[in-house]
Amino acid sequence: MNKQLRHVSVFALVLLAVLIVATTYWQTWAKADLAARKDNSVSLIERLTVDRGKILAADGTVLANNRKTHKHGLTIYTRHYPQNDLAPQVIGYATDAGTTTGLEQTLDDYLTGANTNLTNTFTQELDKLGGQTVHGDDVVLTLRPDVQRLAQDQLAGRCGAVVVLDAKTGAVVAMASSPTYNANLVNQPHGYTKIGQIRGSCGDASALQNNATLGLYPPGSTFKMVTAAAALDSGAYTPSSPFSDPGYCIEYGQRVSNAGNPDQNGPEAFGNVSLAQGFEHSINSVFCNVGKHIGGLKILDYAKRFGFYSPPPLETPPDTINASGLYKNGKLWSPTSNSQIDSGRLAFGQYNMLATPLQMALVGATIANKGVVPKPYLLQKVVAADGSTVTKTTPQTLGEAIKPQTAAELNQMMQLVVQGGTAASVGFPASLKVAGKTGTAELGLGSVYDAWFVAFAPADNPRYVVAVVVAKQPNGFGASISAPIAKAILEKLLVR
Amino acid sequence: MTLRNRELAALLTVGALTAIGFATVYIALKSQISGGSLGYAVFFFGLYLVAHIVARLTVPLADPYLLPMAALLTAIGVTEIYRLGPDNAFRQGLWIVIGVAAFGATLFWLHRDYRVLERYKYVFGVTAIFLLLLPWAPGLGETINGSRLWIHFGSLQFQPSELGKIALIVFLAAYFREKREVLAQGRLKDWGPLLVIWGLAMLALFVTNDLGSALLYYGIFVAMLYVATARLSFVAGALGLFLVGAFAVSQGTPHVRDRVANWLSPWSAHKILCPIDGRMHLRQECQSYQQVQSLYSIGHGGFGGTGLGHGIFTGKTGKQVIPDLNTDFIYSALAQELGLVGVAALLLLYMAFVLRGFRIALTATDGFSKLLAAGLSFSFAFQTFVIVGGITRVIPLTGITLPFVSYGGSSVVANFLLVAGLLLISNRANREGAVA
Repeated sequence: MNKQLRHVSVFALVLLAVLIVATTYWQTWAKADLAARKDNSVSLIERLTVDRGKILAADGTVLANNRKTHKHGLTIYTRHYPQNDLAPQVIGYATDAGTTTGLEQTLDDYLTGANTNLTNTFTQELDKLGGQTVHGDDVVLTLRPDVQRLAQDQLAGRCGAVVVLDAKTGAVVAMASSPTYNANLVNQPHGYTKIGQIRGSCGDASALQNNATLGLYPPGSTFKMVTAAAALDSGAYTPSSPFSDPGYCIEYGQRVSNAGNPDQNGPEAFGNVSLAQGFEHSINSVFCNVGKHIGGLKILDYAKRFGFYSPPPLETPPDTINASGLYKNGKLWSPTSNSQIDSGRLAFGQYNMLATPLQMALVGATIANKGVVPKPYLLQKVVAADGSTVTKTTPQTLGEAIKPQTAAELNQMMQLVVQGGTAASVGFPASLKVAGKTGTAELGLGSVYDAWFVAFAPADNPRYVVAVVVAKQPNGFGASISAPIAKAILEKLLVR
Repeated sequence: MTLRNRELAALLTVGALTAIGFATVYIALKSQISGGSLGYAVFFFGLYLVAHIVARLTVPLADPYLLPMAALLTAIGVTEIYRLGPDNAFRQGLWIVIGVAAFGATLFWLHRDYRVLERYKYVFGVTAIFLLLLPWAPGLGETINGSRLWIHFGSLQFQPSELGKIALIVFLAAYFREKREVLAQGRLKDWGPLLVIWGLAMLALFVTNDLGSALLYYGIFVAMLYVATARLSFVAGALGLFLVGAFAVSQGTPHVRDRVANWLSPWSAHKILCPIDGRMHLRQECQSYQQVQSLYSIGHGGFGGTGLGHGIFTGKTGKQVIPDLNTDFIYSALAQELGLVGVAALLLLYMAFVLRGFRIALTATDGFSKLLAAGLSFSFAFQTFVIVGGITRVIPLTGITLPFVSYGGSSVVANFLLVAGLLLISNRANREGAVA
C-alpha cells in the first residue's frame, strides 16, 4: 500500500501548494485590481480612516479639512469645507463614498500621503504598523480667498467666470465660476439633487462645472488682442498703419457691418483711423481687413502660440479643462488653408472661435509679461504633517508667444482702450493704470451677448491679470457688465 | 532528547508564540478590550500541558510534532477569533477544553489497542450517515446560508457532519482493510455497501445542501479507495459518478447552480435578480458578495499584511463586512492581517502536519492502521483545500471550517479526535518498529 500512500500524500501536498499559489495571486498580482474595485468595502473604509490633508488658501484660510468621528472602534474622517461655496469647482470634493473631483482628485496622492518621499513613506508604514492614523500632506493653493469671494459675489446669480492670475508667475489668484454651490452638500442626503437644481440666470449651466476652464465662449472683440498680435508681430502692420473705415468691411462680396458689434453704440463709421485706434474703439471693419490681409491661418498660428488648441496645463483634472480654438460640430477643428476660414470674422473673434476664460486670461498675461506665456498653477506648495515642505511650485513659462516689442505695443493699445476707448466709461481710478480689452460676443440669439473684459494693471509693471466673462446678458456689453467686475477686483488687489 | 521531551520543547515555543499573538492583539485594540483576557495565553498553555502529560502517560512513542502543530493552529485560530470578537474566543476556549478532554479520553480508552474499532465498523458507517443527515431532523436543524448543516442544543450550535467525518474514516479503513482484495476484483456484490454510502451521501447533499461536507466525504472516500485498491480506474469511475450526481443535484437546486456561477464570474456587469431581496443587483452585491468581499480582504493584506488587530473588517455602521468571518472565512481575516507571509506559513504548517500524518501511515505495519492514518491525514489536507480553495476561487465556494483555526466547537472536537487517532497509530508503529 506504500506506493499508493506516497501518491496520495504527494497529491495532498500539491493541493495545499495550489492554495499558496492562489493566495499569492490575490495578494500580489491582483492586489491593485481588487483595491480599485468600486464595491471594495475595505478600500472604502481605509480611505475614511486616513486623515486627509487640509487644503489651504494662500493666506492660510482653511478651504477643506476633516471632521473626526469615533464609531465602532474606527476613527472616521469626513471631509468638510469651512468656506462652503468658495471655489468648489476648483477645489472639488471628496465624498464618504470615495468619489473625488477637482484638486481633491488630482492632489489625492498628496492629500492621502500616498505620494511622498521615501522618509515619509517609511514613517507612514511604521504608523500603519503601530495602528496610528495615516496623516496626509496639507496642500497650499495660490488662491486668495478675499479676491475669490469678491469675484464670486460680483458674478452672483449670473452665469460666467472670473480668472485672476499673477501676471508674472501665472499663479491663479482667483478662479470663480458661477453659478456656484456648497461643497458640504455633497456628503449630505439628496445633496446632488440639490446641487443639480442650482441655476444661474442663464438657466442651463451646471453649478458643478468649472466655467473658467471648461466653459467655451465666443471671445468676441477680446480676440482682437490675438489678431493684433499677429498683425504686429508678423511685421505686416504697425500700430500706426492707416485704415479707412466706411462702417463695414466687404467679405465674400457682402457687407460685414460694424453695427453688428454693439460695443460702438450704434452703426458708426470712423473714417480714417490707425490700427491702434481701430483697437481702441474695437472697429470690426479694421480687423476684418487685417484678417483678410494676413489670413486666418496666420491668426490661428498666433493663437496657438498663446496656448489655443491645447488645454492649458493646470492641476485640476484634465477632463475639466477645454482647449480653445475653432470648433466645428462640437469638436476642435484645425483648418488647413485660408479658403476654409472666414478670416474677416475670425479676426474680430466671431465665426467658430470659442475660448475659455483661463485662455483669455493667459492672452492678457502674455501681453503683460512682455510676450512670454506664464504657466498657470494653483498649487503653491505641499506641506507634510510634521511641517516640512514636501514640494514647492517654481513658476514656469510656456514659451515666448510674441516679441517684447509687440507686447509693449499691444500694452499701449490696451491702455488706450481704458483711457478713451470702449472701456473709458468704466471709470478706473487714475492712480490705477489699467490696460484692457472689451468684448461683446454675438451668440445669434438676438440682443443677448456674452460680455467679456480682459485687463491687467498696473500697465507699466503689470502685477495682475483679470479675465471676466458673463454669459448670455440681454444688451450686456463687455464695458458695462464685465469691466466693472474687473475694476472691483483690480481695486481690491492694487488700491489701498 | 526523547520524543515526549521534544514535544514539550515544541509546546513551550508554541506557548511563547501564543502569548506574543495575544499581546499584539491587546496592544492594537486595548481601547476596546480588557487586559484580563491576556490570561487566555496562560490558560491555553496549561491546557496543552495537560494534553502533553496524557500523551506522555498513554502514547510515549507517538510522533512528537503533531500535538504542538495542532496547538499552534488552534492558537492562531483563537488569537484571530479573539481579535474579531473576544466573546467568541471565550466560547472557543471552552470547546478547546472539551476537545482536549475528548483527546485525553480517546488516548486513555484506546492506547492499548485501538484496532478494536475494526469490529464496530458498521456502527461507524451508520453513525457517519446519521450525523450527516441529523440537521435534517425536524426541530433540531437550522438553515444557515441556504445550507442545513447545524443543529442546536439549547444555545450551543453544533455541526454534526464534522464528527461524522471521523466516523466515516474509521468505517472506510475497516471496510477497505477487509475487502480490498475482493474489491480489486471488481465484483458487484462487494460494492453494495459502498454504493449505499455513495447514494446516502448524495441524498444528504440533496436534502441538507451541505456541499462542503459532501465534497469532503466523497474526497476521503475516493482517496482511501485508491490507497486500498491501487486502481486508478476506480478513482476515475468514482469521480464520474460524483460529477453525474452533482450535475443532477444542481439541476434541482438553485443553491448549487449559484455557487458554480459565483465561482466562474463573481463580478457581473449587469444587474441580475437577487433572491435575497427580490430586486435587481450586480452579482457582487448579492450572490457573490461574501466571496468578493473576502477576496478584497485578502488583497488588502498584500505581502506583509496589516498586522494583527489592524485589519479592516467592519463597515461605517459597525457591521462586519464579511458574514461568517470567524468560521468559514477566517482565512480571509488571517490573510489580511498576516499577509502572504503569514498565510503561506500557515499553509506550510498544514503541509507539515499532513506530511507527518502520511509518514505515520507509511510506518504503520497493518492495513487498518495505514488506511486509518491515510484517511485522517488526507481529510485534514482536503478539508483545508475545500475551504481555502473556495475562498481563493480555485474551486466553487462551499462552506466548511478550516481545521483547528475556524470558530466552531464540533470542528475543534473532531480535529482533536483526529490528532488522537494519529498519535495512537504512531505510538503503535514506533513500538513495533522498536521491537523488531
